[in-house]
Amino acid sequence: MARYLVPLGILGIFLIVMAFLFIGLGLNPREVPSPLIDKGAPEFILPTVKNPRKTLSLADLSNEVSLFNVWASWCVSCRQEHPLLVELARQGLVPIYGLNYKDARQDALRWLNTLGDPYTASAFDQDGRVGIDWGVYGVPETFVVDRRGIIRYKHTGPISVSDWKNTLLPMIRQLQAKKG
Amino acid sequence: MRAVLTVLLLTLGLAVHAGVVEPRPFEDPADEARYRQLIQELRCLVCQNQNLADSNADLAKDLRDQTYNMITAGKTDEEIVTFMVNRYGDFVLYRPPLKSTTVLLWFGPLLLIVTGMVILFVQVRRRAVARQAAKDLTPEEHSRIAQILADTGEDPRP
Repeated sequence: MARYLVPLGILGIFLIVMAFLFIGLGLNPREVPSPLIDKGAPEFILPTVKNPRKTLSLADLSNEVSLFNVWASWCVSCRQEHPLLVELARQGLVPIYGLNYKDARQDALRWLNTLGDPYTASAFDQDGRVGIDWGVYGVPETFVVDRRGIIRYKHTGPISVSDWKNTLLPMIRQLQAKKG
Repeated sequence: MRAVLTVLLLTLGLAVHAGVVEPRPFEDPADEARYRQLIQELRCLVCQNQNLADSNADLAKDLRDQTYNMITAGKTDEEIVTFMVNRYGDFVLYRPPLKSTTVLLWFGPLLLIVTGMVILFVQVRRRAVARQAAKDLTPEEHSRIAQILADTGEDPRP
């Protein structure tokens, strides 16, 4: 029996390493856990895309559970995600606020006019400073902010229908049901 | 001659390397050294296997700006690193801190080496013992073994 111990041990280590590698295959390396989860959302105050004299701030979107979606007209995946946002806005389950990240105002306006505007308001973050505060590194990104202004979830990349049904919607329902 | 050539070649490499990072005015060379050190150690999150110094990504440039501005504003290295970690997490650090979640990352390789050494040691030891045991046999025992092996049809050589 003892003579099988060493080969069995080596086989065991091999299987463990294989298991790690196999799990690694299924992970998305672009999905970097945000240190902002369950922390107060970073304060900001920016002019809106549609009206430079109006501003949008954190206080505006933390009245109720809301989505904060980082987008840009130069971002290809945003175009892929956009119809879903428009549909969500039509259903009116949750207000969607936008952070127009490092964009040109003309391009952003053209985007909203041609593809539809799902946003209650979009903040115009031309130099990306607010983006840095929110830890934005890959547009589109979507944050779930609760009514106390705390970030509850971050989704990196375009939201798919199954992301919405399986993760975001249940989370939003749960947060909306909570009092205070 | 050789020394001159070496220095020349080395500086040549530096010039190529400095190409990505835009030149920035520093009043104090020590600040510039800190800046170079920091952008070497901070990871660009867009192109994940490059640091801020090597990356051409837009975000890397913004974070270089951020680092530069914080240095000229008199922030310490620690404050700058904390600023980055608070926003992007430990992932921005090429040298992750030692915490419960990174223990395996830090000591995993050591663990593998130690396991390998132990297995090797045990194997070598076992063979040495077996060889010694074979030597300790008397000539009568050897001939008996040869007899037994011949009966079972096996090759008597070890």
